[in-house]
Amino acid sequence: MQIYLPIAEMSVDVFLLLGLGGLVGFLSGLFGVGGGFLMTPLLIFIGVPPPVAVGTEANQIVASSVSGMIAHWRRQGVDFKMGAVLLSGGLIGSTGGVFLFEYLRDIGQIDLVISLAYVFFLGIVGLLMLLESVRSAVRRRGGKRRKLHHHTWVHGLPFKMRFRRSKLYISAFLPLAVGAAVGVLAAIMGVGGGFLMVPAMIYLIGMPTAVVIGTSLFQITFVTAYTTFLQATNNQTVDIFLALLLLLGGVIGAQFGSRAGARLRGEELRGLLAIMVLLVCGKLLFDLIATPDDLFSLATGRIGGHR
Amino acid sequence: MRRCLAVLALLCLGLTWAGAAPARAEAVIADLSKRLVAITTGFAGTDVLLFGAVEGKGEVVVVVKGPIGRLDVRRKARVAGIWINRDTITFANVPSFYSVSASAPLAQVVPTALALRSGIGARYLDIAVDRGRAGRGERCSRALDPERADNTVAAVKAMVPFCEALIRNKAREGLFQSEGRVTFLPGRKLFRTTIRFPANVPVGTYSVLVYVVRNGQIVGSQTHPLVINKTGVEAEVFDFAHRQSAFYGLIAVALAALAGWGAGLIFRKQ
Repeated sequence: MQIYLPIAEMSVDVFLLLGLGGLVGFLSGLFGVGGGFLMTPLLIFIGVPPPVAVGTEANQIVASSVSGMIAHWRRQGVDFKMGAVLLSGGLIGSTGGVFLFEYLRDIGQIDLVISLAYVFFLGIVGLLMLLESVRSAVRRRGGKRRKLHHHTWVHGLPFKMRFRRSKLYISAFLPLAVGAAVGVLAAIMGVGGGFLMVPAMIYLIGMPTAVVIGTSLFQITFVTAYTTFLQATNNQTVDIFLALLLLLGGVIGAQFGSRAGARLRGEELRGLLAIMVLLVCGKLLFDLIATPDDLFSLATGRIGGHR
Repeated sequence: MRRCLAVLALLCLGLTWAGAAPARAEAVIADLSKRLVAITTGFAGTDVLLFGAVEGKGEVVVVVKGPIGRLDVRRKARVAGIWINRDTITFANVPSFYSVSASAPLAQVVPTALALRSGIGARYLDIAVDRGRAGRGERCSRALDPERADNTVAAVKAMVPFCEALIRNKAREGLFQSEGRVTFLPGRKLFRTTIRFPANVPVGTYSVLVYVVRNGQIVGSQTHPLVINKTGVEAEVFDFAHRQSAFYGLIAVALAALAGWGAGLIFRKQ
């Protein structure tokens, strides 16, 4: 059954969209990640214009992160003070990101930047997670305990703040910078940024794992809501129909995913996620390097043009 | 049955009109099965039937042109092992949709001289450089003209792959078509052709041009407008997103938040 998407201006099979939503929802339920980093490339792959894929995906992430955040809030898993600092950085970052997006699109390099950003970040994060999960699997057998966190140069920065729930006394610059970096990515890559923020919170800021997911979801909810609004007003690239269909599939898929996830061990989950992240990264890298079928591409002229 | 009656009625009309018309102009009269294509939910492309009658000898050529606009054509080059967009030429006057169908092979019906003069055929369209390496105002029809290929300047020669890529990519999207056939009914008076609009057809006002060509000359023509529009919920959503974009953005966020909250409630109960 075909449905015409009014903003993407194309018709797509409803069941394909529900299926995509379900698949990505299943994986996000299984691994506890947003799934934007999978959904945005998939949408572009089925022919949705990249700007619409990015804008709409931000809208869908609002929904999935709201329900996640509420669940963690009930379990006291949100550090609101840390979340607020991350969020301030995120709003600055995504404002800059939306304008950067517009500029890159005008000079014709947005697809390249999106792919390079994915390859770079997914590559680094995937490798780190893979190493970490292997190391912790080895450590579990050895039975050695790790220090709470290591002191590095980042702990010498000024403007220190106390974050009670995270049991930290660190410079506000650190979460501000992490939030801003994630905000830029939310605007440019159409992701929530959890795959980058969660490792940064654990390894860079040194937050306890119990509050990491909830706090990152708090930041993601508001940053993606803000990004959705900016994309809707600046670029008119948010397709409500598309977002709702993906959402419906995603909600159902996530239910099955989280059930399947309960049967697997933490390190195994992280190891699997790392392998998947590296696969997506490898595919994108291959597309950048392999000779394209047609060296030429078309784009509707935008500068000074009418649409 | 009703369509046949309509064709017959048209034919009669055409014949009477032919009688009244000046002797030089060949009479051609045609009509479309619909003048308005509405894009609604479930739109997956559509066919529009064009039928008509022609008086006297001659081949029939049907050209369908979408609204014109600007288009960037970009060429990738390998830089440090990665393919990136390097050169861009912006063309003006590019029809968003173009199809040509003829009652005999187009090259035989429309010789190059006529094609250049009338712009029949994708290679002979009045597409001009707006910005880019080649000089502003240079035309693809000139760059692609085989007879002038030897004596053109370097800048025009550099355009050639861009012009060819424009036509090739548009054809791949189904938006430039050249394989259409106009078929005559026995007696060579009544003719018909099917105009195929794909699902990704751009909206706007199209013109449908019907030509009668004899001995390399256009001896009769007729133009019909055709409107392709979004209607229904889709049109309203699109208009709303563009006219009240701030409000639309807020609604999008609110809907998503509500959906997420609702999903959370369902999860908790189970």
